Amino acid sequence: MTAVSNYRAKISQRLAGSEVPMVGRLRRPLQALPFPYTAPTIPQSVDVPEKRGVTGTDFPTDWARTEPARRTRAVLIDTMVRPVMAGLAQPTRRGVDRLSGLEGPAVFAANHHSHVDTPLLLSSLPTPWRHRAVIGAAADYFFGSRLTGALSALVIGAIPIDRTKISRASTDLARDLIDEGWSLVVFPEGGRSPDGWGQPFRGGAAFIAKRTSTPVVPVHIEGTGRILRKGKSTPTRSRTTITFGEPLYCGEDEDARAFNTRIEARVAELADEAMTNWWDARKRAHEQDTPRLTGPQTASWRRVWELDADAPKAMGTSSTRWPR
Amino acid sequence: MSPRKAPRPGLVLDVDASTPPVLFHHGENFRMEKLPVGRSRIIYPAEPLRGLTDPEQAIRDALDNPIDSEPLKALMSPDMKLTIAFDDISLPLPPMRKPDIRQRIIEAVLDIAAEVGVDDVHIIAALALHRRMTEDELRHAVGDRVYDAFAPSGRLYNHDAEDPDGMTHLGETLHGEEVQISKRAVDSDLTVYVNINLVSMDGGHKSTATGLSGYTALRHHHNVDTMQKSKSFMDPPNSELHTKNWRQGDVIRNAGVKIFQIETTINNNTFGETGPLSMLQKREWEWTGRDRAKFLAMQGGLNYMTASARRKVFHNWKAPYELTSVQAGEIEAVHKVTTENTFAQHLVPVEGQTDIMTMGLPYICPYNVNSVMNPILVAVLGLGYFFNMYRGKPLVREGGVLIMSHPTPWDFNPVHHPSYIDFFEQVLAETTDPHEIERKYEKQYAEDEWYRHLYRTSYAYHGVHPFYMWYWCSHALQHLGQVIVVGGDPKAVRRLGFRPASTLQDALEMATDTVGPQPTITHYHNPPMLMADVK
Repeated sequence: MTAVSNYRAKISQRLAGSEVPMVGRLRRPLQALPFPYTAPTIPQSVDVPEKRGVTGTDFPTDWARTEPARRTRAVLIDTMVRPVMAGLAQPTRRGVDRLSGLEGPAVFAANHHSHVDTPLLLSSLPTPWRHRAVIGAAADYFFGSRLTGALSALVIGAIPIDRTKISRASTDLARDLIDEGWSLVVFPEGGRSPDGWGQPFRGGAAFIAKRTSTPVVPVHIEGTGRILRKGKSTPTRSRTTITFGEPLYCGEDEDARAFNTRIEARVAELADEAMTNWWDARKRAHEQDTPRLTGPQTASWRRVWELDADAPKAMGTSSTRWPR
Repeated sequence: MSPRKAPRPGLVLDVDASTPPVLFHHGENFRMEKLPVGRSRIIYPAEPLRGLTDPEQAIRDALDNPIDSEPLKALMSPDMKLTIAFDDISLPLPPMRKPDIRQRIIEAVLDIAAEVGVDDVHIIAALALHRRMTEDELRHAVGDRVYDAFAPSGRLYNHDAEDPDGMTHLGETLHGEEVQISKRAVDSDLTVYVNINLVSMDGGHKSTATGLSGYTALRHHHNVDTMQKSKSFMDPPNSELHTKNWRQGDVIRNAGVKIFQIETTINNNTFGETGPLSMLQKREWEWTGRDRAKFLAMQGGLNYMTASARRKVFHNWKAPYELTSVQAGEIEAVHKVTTENTFAQHLVPVEGQTDIMTMGLPYICPYNVNSVMNPILVAVLGLGYFFNMYRGKPLVREGGVLIMSHPTPWDFNPVHHPSYIDFFEQVLAETTDPHEIERKYEKQYAEDEWYRHLYRTSYAYHGVHPFYMWYWCSHALQHLGQVIVVGGDPKAVRRLGFRPASTLQDALEMATDTVGPQPTITHYHNPPMLMADVK
């Protein structure tokens, strides 16, 4: 193979997204080494012992809510995160007026496409809540090590949430914080979208809100998938829209599951509102014809195709579908 | 109780494609080996039981509230002769961190003796035909306070089984087994025996009937017939060795020798839960990044060291064993409780036997503390001790293959093991048949004046000791179809009558000659100590 064809193959791999990144290339020879040079594999018949200690849901975050840490975070959000988000995501914030009647702590429940969602939403919250909010973050991902746990707790005020189940430790912590006046930002989908469409909401936010009689503010974030979708490592500038909905309260006779369904439906309506306009979205909502967040239930390629056909392009990218 | 998590019991792991390479001890080094998937299993020991939080109080309680006996204080009087005997350097393995259990107990016993006003006290290292303990070793075992108070005046000393004036013949059992123990113990009004019961074979009547005895009595159970009938000698009800010691114990008791037995059990915290060797007692898939880094650094360092430097490093290791139980009183009643406590730590239930048993032999056995592990000791550790760590049936089927991993150097410590050198050069060069060795050579070595002199005045094991080591292997030799040593000196391995192999894969291939294709394999992951309870 000539040098030119090698180069072309490399370019096409890169464009197709199948090129192995530099870190992966460096890691490969190491992965070929046997244990104990690399981490051991676990026999199939063995129950993996629970990790004890300071990672995961056990990670201590009290220190990150002390006044010095809170002030440090406020400065970071206002002087660094917000300007960076303004440049990278150029957010349009809608529906903030719907929160005018809201007092005290709330649970902000948003859809989740990207790692950008957290700093974008945090820096987009109106000031009464912006500096007194904690983020429910996946305990296994953000608190998997001491370093990432400490950074997550300090910079975004993250608290560990067990996304595999509604655990007592997570809900007790969230309840205590709400009782202390902290608002909670959660992404009920439990993780970033794998294909651009939403995922069914899990019941944690509804459960906590019901348990603490706290209103839930539905939020829809549009456009962050174009900036840094799951699987991508380099962000691309793109416009985004954050739409806040009216606070929702769990009815006395309403169980957490029904409340969760209502929250998900309301976020879908906000998505419709963001993609079209408020009036059309309201009409579809009354006709119960609001497009679902989770997209059409069809072949995976058609889901991607449909999503891509309507999406605005990231800024500075070509409008052609195929690489030249 | 210490605030650690509850210890997990032992485990039998079926090897699958996800099982990481398994650790094999290999003398003063280690090997990581992959076992065949689908037909191999690994037996892991239980995690260390929790130690007693207040050992001193537990010891005092045991002495004040003994089993089937009056309290120790009530057995003492000012004008009495008191002898305290204690287990020698062969226990525990590796030696434990200070303070040694023996020190704690002996100090507690002496406290009571001082309170009563006993003047005539002797303290004896009950070493039978083992080598004498050095001053440093005695100080480590009994502590400086006891050593400085008794050794300078000659009241703390090593047992001498060849002292013609120091041994008393007490008679014979109904089976004609002679009984002979230390004269000082016989003449004493009370002998307090301080045990460390590392394995289920230790303690009971064996403490006195063997520890304070000599060749005249030992030859009745340290022989091929007894060892081949002990299945295993770690399982008291099925141990001929145990039975004969018990018969001799009866004779000692009937002769009026009064013994107050103190037995202790320790957990198997051999390498510590933290520290440089802690990964050696973890299951491989639970090794953290730090464990792997420590292991690789250690192996890297060991590869650059000479054999003697490696030996020195490992023999300096003192295990952080913790006392799990202490009981005192009448010998048999005490030993019953002790055995249960020993089994609680060591027993791992195992279903069925295997065609091939694999084991990695560590750097130490009972007879090379601060010394060289010569080829005969390699054999006795694998075939004598590890093979016999079973209850019910041997782990490996009759006619099966035992694969051991050890460098097996042709190397001897001439001070500690002089008769071993001659045994290896002369006896094993001619035959490896235990019966023939016993018949033709034992008496000559046992009564050799030079070996006797070295045993009494230097730090040499008795002339007959290498024979006992070979007898210790005789049950395994009789049971097994083949023994293969991985990574050993081929010449030394062949001298033992075993087959050398360069790698485990080669050894497994060679084993198929005996057990056929696709054999089942069981790896005995020891140390820390475990005993297979084979159903």
